[in-house]
Amino acid sequence: MRYLPLDAADRAQMLARVGAPDIDALFADIPAAKRLNRPLDLPGGMSEIEVERRLTRMAARNVAAGSVPFFLGAGAYRHHVPATVDHLIQRSEFLTSYTPYQPEIAQGTLQVLFEFQTQVAALTGMEVANASMYDGSTACAEAILMAHRLTRRRKAVLSGGLHPQYSDVAATLGGMADEEIVRLPLDPHASEDIAAAIDDETSCVVVQSPDFFGNLRDLEPIAAAAHAKGALLVAVFTEAVSLGAVRSPGEMAADIAVGEGQSIGNALNFGGPYVGLFATRLKNVRQAPGRLAGETVDADGRRSFVLTLSTREQHIRREKATSNICTNSGLCALAFSIHLTLLGEAGLRRLAALNHAAAVDLAGRFGAIPGVDVLTEAFFNEFTIRTPRPAAALIDELAARGIVGGLPVSRLAPNAGLDDLIVVAATETSTPDDRRSYAETLAQLLQTGGKR
Amino acid sequence: MTETRYTKDHEYARVEGDVAVVGISDHAQQQLGDVVFVELPAVGVKLAKGDGAAVVESVKAASDVFAPVSGEVIEVNGAVDAQPGLINEDAMGRGWLLKIKLADAGELASLMSEADYAAFLKTLA
Amino acid sequence: MNNQGRPTRPSGGETTRRGTFTGNRALDMEEALIFETGRLDATGVDLEAPAPFASKLGAHARSAAIGLPGLTEPEAVRHYVRLSRNNYAIDAGLYPLGSCTMKHNPRLNEKMARLPGFADLHPLQPISTVQGALELIDALAQALLTLTGMSAVAMSPKAGAHGELCGMMTIKAALAARGEDKTRTVVLVPDSAHGTNPATAALIGLSVRAVPAEADGVVSAEAVEAALAPDVAAIMLTNPNTCGLFERNIVEIADAVHAAGAYFYCDGANFNAVMGKTRPGDLGVDAMHINLHKTFSTPHGGGGPGAGPVVLSARLAPFAPAPSIVGTGDALSLAEHHEGRQAFGRMSAFHGQMGMFVRALAYILSHGGDGLRQASEDAVLSANYVRASLIDLMSAPFGDRPCMHEALFDDRWLKDTGLTTLDFAKAMIDEGYHPMTVYFPLVAHGAMLIEPTESESKASLDLFIMTLRDLAMGALGGERERFVAAPVHAPRRRLDETRAARQPTLRWAKPTPA
Repeated sequence: MRYLPLDAADRAQMLARVGAPDIDALFADIPAAKRLNRPLDLPGGMSEIEVERRLTRMAARNVAAGSVPFFLGAGAYRHHVPATVDHLIQRSEFLTSYTPYQPEIAQGTLQVLFEFQTQVAALTGMEVANASMYDGSTACAEAILMAHRLTRRRKAVLSGGLHPQYSDVAATLGGMADEEIVRLPLDPHASEDIAAAIDDETSCVVVQSPDFFGNLRDLEPIAAAAHAKGALLVAVFTEAVSLGAVRSPGEMAADIAVGEGQSIGNALNFGGPYVGLFATRLKNVRQAPGRLAGETVDADGRRSFVLTLSTREQHIRREKATSNICTNSGLCALAFSIHLTLLGEAGLRRLAALNHAAAVDLAGRFGAIPGVDVLTEAFFNEFTIRTPRPAAALIDELAARGIVGGLPVSRLAPNAGLDDLIVVAATETSTPDDRRSYAETLAQLLQTGGKR
Repeated sequence: MTETRYTKDHEYARVEGDVAVVGISDHAQQQLGDVVFVELPAVGVKLAKGDGAAVVESVKAASDVFAPVSGEVIEVNGAVDAQPGLINEDAMGRGWLLKIKLADAGELASLMSEADYAAFLKTLA
Repeated sequence: MNNQGRPTRPSGGETTRRGTFTGNRALDMEEALIFETGRLDATGVDLEAPAPFASKLGAHARSAAIGLPGLTEPEAVRHYVRLSRNNYAIDAGLYPLGSCTMKHNPRLNEKMARLPGFADLHPLQPISTVQGALELIDALAQALLTLTGMSAVAMSPKAGAHGELCGMMTIKAALAARGEDKTRTVVLVPDSAHGTNPATAALIGLSVRAVPAEADGVVSAEAVEAALAPDVAAIMLTNPNTCGLFERNIVEIADAVHAAGAYFYCDGANFNAVMGKTRPGDLGVDAMHINLHKTFSTPHGGGGPGAGPVVLSARLAPFAPAPSIVGTGDALSLAEHHEGRQAFGRMSAFHGQMGMFVRALAYILSHGGDGLRQASEDAVLSANYVRASLIDLMSAPFGDRPCMHEALFDDRWLKDTGLTTLDFAKAMIDEGYHPMTVYFPLVAHGAMLIEPTESESKASLDLFIMTLRDLAMGALGGERERFVAAPVHAPRRRLDETRAARQPTLRWAKPTPA
């Protein structure tokens, strides 16, 4: 078998050195009644050609996003990733290396993490960032736990603009940890009065901007309201490219900024692996979860990088750790960092401008369709429309015509009474023709009332 | 009269009148390695003997420091906050952690004397 | 010097130890930070400017500089290629990290994961457009169930520790359904457990009660029975355990745990030892996470991403979190909400680590049932071969007895040398090896845990063994410099970790003018 170098002669020699009569002697501790004495019910091993054939057939049953006009965001965004990024992350030393616990032979990984942390801190306008979490939703849940530790309170208030699955994750973890999670109703118009929901028992308010519906929210008054009651502001974003065009969480006085980094450097990958971004103020860093790379020197006085403040983590602090997290999202963080380095500040701003322009163009076209309302006044690359017919059916009809039109809100929130809303995203990967085609097709579908 | 008593977890209590100066022993500091951070309790906190009083962190380990005696915390050592290395340099002296006003001087009897602690250390080697 | 008398900071003044103008040494190169070489106006991506349009950003526009340097493509490639060369990797050499299973990462897996039909797929696309993705996830799930003999699998956890959390949350949900979640709040955990186990328990409000192992390194049913009480929610056992030994009393333990009304969580980090040899489902396990990045060869990537699906017994299956795949054949779908079912909630947004699922399935298909069993047998044989070849020189906590897929030594054999496990590990670096896992598990003093995996040829194992023997004999023979100064040939010597923790510098900052 092509991945197993030992042959029969090797095994015989090794058994002899070990002093075992056969290989099963080394499995003698398995209770006899529980030994599998028959082959597993799995097909026989396949050659590369066979594996390729099988998996390619599976892949062909999917509609790749790039093959159709594509306008779906809602927490994961289709952007163009330069060829260099995927090439570099496949270098053996990045792909097949482990966590940098032996820093003398891991300076490649450690320096990249230090650069990544700096980029994330700069992007979010915060003082310090960690070496990444699994994804935006778990980073958000961890931020809430951190706020509880800092304030010694146990109640978090979640904005109605937070991605519904992020709220679900926070509620799941909070429920198990015996914390109180207050979820404000879904808020497509960004009209909620979140300040009124903050009291002396609130540890944090969690507000997303751009929010799930695309609204840009001013977090500064919310931060002030939270701080007045001794609570913290956790600012969330799901579209990292937005930070190339909109005010950062740090500028708006957030205490913890968390979000999804997938947009930069990482493919859609049907939902994972992604990369969680986590940033905060320096004074809070000892309560932060996740790995941290720090600068130091070696015995020759040369600048070096090393994982530090590890005593917060599970392998040392065990039940008193700030989290149970072990892995970060290393390779995805590397991809993020390489892409952001290739973009640079000027490139990121240009990319963000292209995204915003695409969305403005599409929103303008929708505005001209009778019966369609664009609900979002201030947005980046995503906005919400209200349709005269149920949104889920419309999205399916659009799909039948080869257009992925966006997310019907009812898919993530089936009982919220928002069945006529679609969240639409337009990135730099959509063309003017794509956008024109979408608007025209939607208009046709609404005129004909859904008949094909 | 100043006497120093020790616990099996390597905390010491140096009694000065009705106050115990608490820290970790020189042996403990050696085991821990370079101290990088200390978490001290707030002044006014009331501790029972055996309660977690402080945490001393080195690069590779975090050690809980348990109160060797019961009482109220009347002072903490701000110097180790700024310079955690003091614990390595002078654990028994300038590297003290907190001062407890003794609630029950009788508790001292169950702690080890200097000589007993030295003998105890030999058994660990 | 640090406390242990090893050099970790310069003794005075910087030294151009390398004696070259650049500080480079041929292919061993120094590389500055992007913040020192990049420029705010440089870019390696050509993007056209948008045509003029009316912005809808309003007062939210970001005007202040962000502080992100850019590099053109050639500069960026050089930067990252040079950095990569400072890393050890499986592709370069044996990586004997116990409990990490550093096996070969097949490149076919990378090619399959990058098929546009998998990689360029949005998780929330209409279900009719992603049937092949659901088919793949389902195929992997079925394979994992076949391998483990369990009833259901939660595919969504993003890593091993996340899978542990999922498994324990499932148990807590099952207890809540019986009205016992407020009374059963204790988890039994052996002292040898990985730190994630107690950390996970603490995250969901459970406290930990230690269960001691016997002198032979495994947990006895008697010890578990002594620790069981009406307040116990579950036991968390790793099998094989972190000492590399199969928990041979596992069936009696499972029976005792179930009789006491509690659940059995198994940490599946060491599953590489038993594929095709036994199944956790047959041993009485209720929930077990599987590390796809360990047993199923998905790449470690310098620290992640991982994936941690959790297999569940029939009694826990109803409580698995959202989402789950439903339907059959050509009409698969996703159940994404948990209302109306007993699922306890959601572990993360979307559906799980699809990129890792493709890789793991490619690995499983490539091996087949026989191949996976062979992989486990070779992993166990290789570990025993290494153990048997070193046991005359190095001490093992449980004596001269066979192990599973990893061999555990301690530091008693070093006690008269003045050298530590860490010194030994650092000397391995100079020989061209990544050190084994050190100082874990905590139950062995100065632990050294070696897991060669099935990916090593006999020649590779023999060289590794001879090297360790040379180092061991050197240590026992009084060599000192080779160990205490090590590593001397790596891109860096020992680092001042004390300084990194006392004065944390966690990001680059523009140097202030003197």
